Amino acid sequence: MKSAVIVFPGSNCDRDLAVALELVTGRKPAMVWHRDSELPDGTEFIGIPGGFSYGDYLRSGAMAARSPIMGAVKDAAARGVPVIGICNGFQVLTEAGLLPGALMRNAALSFVCRPVPLRVENSQSLFTSQYEAGETITIPVAHHDGNYQAEEATLDQLEGEGRVAFRYLDQCNGSARNIAGILNDEGNVLGLMPHPERVVEPAHGGIDGRRLFEGLLETVVA
Amino acid sequence: MPPEGGAAIGQPQSDDKAQLMKARVFITLKNGVLDPQGKAIHHALEGLGFSGVNDVRAGKMIELDLAEGTSDDEIEDMCRQLLANTVIENFRIERSENA
Repeated sequence: MKSAVIVFPGSNCDRDLAVALELVTGRKPAMVWHRDSELPDGTEFIGIPGGFSYGDYLRSGAMAARSPIMGAVKDAAARGVPVIGICNGFQVLTEAGLLPGALMRNAALSFVCRPVPLRVENSQSLFTSQYEAGETITIPVAHHDGNYQAEEATLDQLEGEGRVAFRYLDQCNGSARNIAGILNDEGNVLGLMPHPERVVEPAHGGIDGRRLFEGLLETVVA
Repeated sequence: MPPEGGAAIGQPQSDDKAQLMKARVFITLKNGVLDPQGKAIHHALEGLGFSGVNDVRAGKMIELDLAEGTSDDEIEDMCRQLLANTVIENFRIERSENA
């Protein structure tokens, strides 16, 4: 699988994501700088990593969502290329309009950084086929702006269409309906606050994130 | 020292037609959107003994120094495309000329 990881000034999980992708796919991803306007030919998967792009200026993800590479990311997403946005990447995807809603300051105002139990709500997506629906997995979070909010009608639609991919088992940041990760209407764009790339080998203290990348590899290569 | 009577960079222009065009954009959270920051400020004010505050909402103000002829529509586009996230925020533009 030919993957690309987008790197913004202030990204800090780009290397972790690259390591996880190489571990699972056997192939180093292309690291694509935000000023580039094109993705490498034949890119089959795009990862938007965590971090603090542009120092979270204006709003988390706001500047990154308008950088030159995002035009190419939007085109690829429209063609059906799978895109995952993790943490700051999720914020970038909502700011870019690829996912609905917004990620606001955590309700308790504090930065949360700990492993959290999540329920897999949808095991039929490109990204979650290796999980069981209703399964509990543990993935770490590390964010200040992870409080997912959207209009009630949008939340109802996400629920009704099976587009809530992951939900926090316990209140984590004030997110509406405890939403931790959502899919776009086509199912090829996933945004989530927890960091699956941080739990891909036993030395990390868990491997619950690994199946996300394995599932992706299986669907893309098949 | 600039030569006498010569135009110097950074000096105010004496041309009466030149105008300083400024706009201020006020960005606020929509009604109903929880504002944890405003809440924290409210608590802190109460902690200082200010008991007469019913509610606090925090927002931001962005000042734009504009080229002559920048239209209101353009400023509104700036707000919609970048300055405000209209999913959660409202914006209000205040223009001031010769500010």
